[in-house]
Amino acid sequence: MVTTTETSAAAGAVRPFRIEIPEDALVELRRRIAAARWPTRELVDDRSQGVQLATMQELCRYWADGYDMRRVEARLNALPQFTTSIDGVDIHFVHVRSPHPDALPLVMTHGWPGSVIELLDSVGPLTDPTVHGGRAEDAFDLVLPSLPGYGFSGEPTELGWDVARVARAWAQLMPRLGYTRYVAQGGDVGAGVSDAMGRQAPEGLLGIHVNLLVTALGGPQPGDTEEERSALEAVATFRSSGFAYFLEQATRPQTIGYALLDSPVALAAWMLDHDTDAYYKISRAFVDGQPSGNLTRDNILDNITLYWLTGTGASAARSYWESYGPDAPAAAAAAGQAPPPVSVPVGFTTFPGEIWRAPRSWVEQSYPTLTYFNEVERGGHFAAWEEPELFATEVRAAFRPVRGPQVPGPRH
Amino acid sequence: MTATIEPPVDTTQDAGTAAVRPFRVDVPQADLDDLRRRLAATRWPDQETVPDRTQGARLADLQRLVEYWRTEYDWRRGEAQLNAWPQFMTTIDGVDVHFFHVRSPHEDALPLVISHGWPGSVFEQIKVIAPLTDPTAHGGRAEDAFDVVIPSLPGYGFSSRPTETGWDVERIGRTWDVLMKRLGYDRYVSQGGDWGAGVVEAMGRQAPDGLLAIHTNLPAVFPPEAAAAIASGGPAPAGLSEKEQAAFDDVRRFLATGGWGYYQMMTARPQAVGYGLTDSPAGLAGWMLVHGGFGKWTYGEDPEQTPTVDEVLDNFSLHWLTNTVASGARLYWENREQSLISAAGQRTDTIRMPVAITVCPDDDLFRAPETWARRAFPTLVYFHEAERGGHFPAWEEPQVFAEEMRAAFRSLR
Repeated sequence: MVTTTETSAAAGAVRPFRIEIPEDALVELRRRIAAARWPTRELVDDRSQGVQLATMQELCRYWADGYDMRRVEARLNALPQFTTSIDGVDIHFVHVRSPHPDALPLVMTHGWPGSVIELLDSVGPLTDPTVHGGRAEDAFDLVLPSLPGYGFSGEPTELGWDVARVARAWAQLMPRLGYTRYVAQGGDVGAGVSDAMGRQAPEGLLGIHVNLLVTALGGPQPGDTEEERSALEAVATFRSSGFAYFLEQATRPQTIGYALLDSPVALAAWMLDHDTDAYYKISRAFVDGQPSGNLTRDNILDNITLYWLTGTGASAARSYWESYGPDAPAAAAAAGQAPPPVSVPVGFTTFPGEIWRAPRSWVEQSYPTLTYFNEVERGGHFAAWEEPELFATEVRAAFRPVRGPQVPGPRH
Repeated sequence: MTATIEPPVDTTQDAGTAAVRPFRVDVPQADLDDLRRRLAATRWPDQETVPDRTQGARLADLQRLVEYWRTEYDWRRGEAQLNAWPQFMTTIDGVDVHFFHVRSPHEDALPLVISHGWPGSVFEQIKVIAPLTDPTAHGGRAEDAFDVVIPSLPGYGFSSRPTETGWDVERIGRTWDVLMKRLGYDRYVSQGGDWGAGVVEAMGRQAPDGLLAIHTNLPAVFPPEAAAAIASGGPAPAGLSEKEQAAFDDVRRFLATGGWGYYQMMTARPQAVGYGLTDSPAGLAGWMLVHGGFGKWTYGEDPEQTPTVDEVLDNFSLHWLTNTVASGARLYWENREQSLISAAGQRTDTIRMPVAITVCPDDDLFRAPETWARRAFPTLVYFHEAERGGHFPAWEEPQVFAEEMRAAFRSLR
């Protein structure tokens, strides 16, 4: 552990962390699920009016009667967890060192409606590749922080926690753990954080890998090829019918937050509504018992249960207000200014079920320093969650070029 | 109360479905107990991080409201207000339509059907029944009297929830015409704001026999070139008057600052948000209070302000107790191709019957300039800027609203 001499030991301290969920909280959650008051069934045979009643009722039946409420606690406590205070917020993180020397430190950021739960099944393949079909030289030391306002991280009580501030916090976290050379990865909001880190290029950041092209919403993208037109269509569909949750959270997080804190059914429905591909996969896991990859009922409920027990539905929604909302300080600060370009090497993987399948041309235009691009056969928006082995293969390949010879970089 | 109750008139052949059945509200005590229990068990989020309403209803305000709802608010008082007027139920196009039907004591009263919107209900209109039906007791003249019909929109309140898609404003408009004819009215007028405006403009386009005129307080006047400027993010069209510029700026600000998040959500995924609003009364209140119509509502801090806290809770309780939040939200989905303020969206140029408009000064969602109104509605016969009132004029200023109805429809009697 490294603590700087400028701050007090307490402020820079890294404290071991374990979860202990009081039984009362689980009893109360079960009570609320059992007391769910349902709306009438949607009037369509698909998800076009939102999460379907049969899916929600099956999810709640399994949540109350089949699911082990202690699972989320056990899974997290099986890994080394810590908290440390950065910029006034307690950051919770999982920190797993590889058994291999010279492993590359990697900070990996989850998104919404995710949490570190999304990333747990990629811990083994990334930190211990030799037992997961990889090579020792592909090993990573892994840091998985919970975003501020999510899971067991603290909720910011002041304004200004947009993805750029989170990125700066991660750039403090990694050196605090003794990592002077590291890489960053993320999808969804995590892609936004990793993108911001790439633009800030803090000392020691060797490269980033992302699996969502966040810049696709920032401005017009080319539509010259079939692939580009198809991606443009997906962006247009998202804008017309898929981004209502995004707009709501970016503008009035408190408005939806009341229901998300008071009703586990509300929370589960709001989280499942996220994107069409993932929704149908998750729905099939509950209704038909046929999960896609690792998106199993238990894994889905681990994540929803974590949101419920930590009471973070509103604060997580507020992170959209901070990063994407028109009233946030970030919006005022960025007005009329193009963000600086990413100067570090960038890796990108397109997963086929993603909301928009970013063509290589779009990625190259957004990231002139692109050093790795691949489009894979399986997986969607929650790539690390759904296909952890394939995801790990991509992360290894993407960062292989930046590992280079093991020569220490210049330090100041 | 001086209005009389006439026996309902059945004008159709099929007495089985066309029957008009008297209706009274009597909510089971168990439902009220369950509501109280849920309010008491509310699990709250942390406080918002801004000192205003820009992240949604403020925690302290909502907590006070929920506490009042649980401890002091009396649904039976609201229920008694509903039951103070004659209510009926009739089946039209497969949906049970709940409505007030109050005949004026005066001869030759003009039949008027009034449509509420979201997040409202017939509670919005209850205070205008007396001045409209009995004007001589409320500062008006006998020749200004109306026979009043106030239906609950399909999927709202005590109307039944449609079990098939297709219940857009066009279909509701056709249903209201069936309703009026079934009540024996072959000459009538129609009024609405919010989604009720969409319904009356649909009726204006449909021009059923006997519909003499329409009135709206949310007219679809936004011109195509202004809509195009909003869509493209470009500058406002050249040559706007001061009022036009203000209306343009209001719409741009509304969209830019996220005032339409609730709108987009219910339009795209009503069911997704419906779960929480059906399971959590605090969630329901938080969601509905985001509406621009409540932008200046003081939660009772201003004792002069209407709707009062009790009136707002009557409305929220009605949505809750009838379990119609999801079905009510579906109205947005059904009308997802519509814009309530766009002249092109409502095809206002195809309306050939007389149109009357009242603009309310505190309706922060949209204040239609007269110039745009004249352009959008070639048959505009009445335009007036009321002195008081906002998005819910009948609820906020019943006397002003009644006077507007009298003035707007006077020339059509």
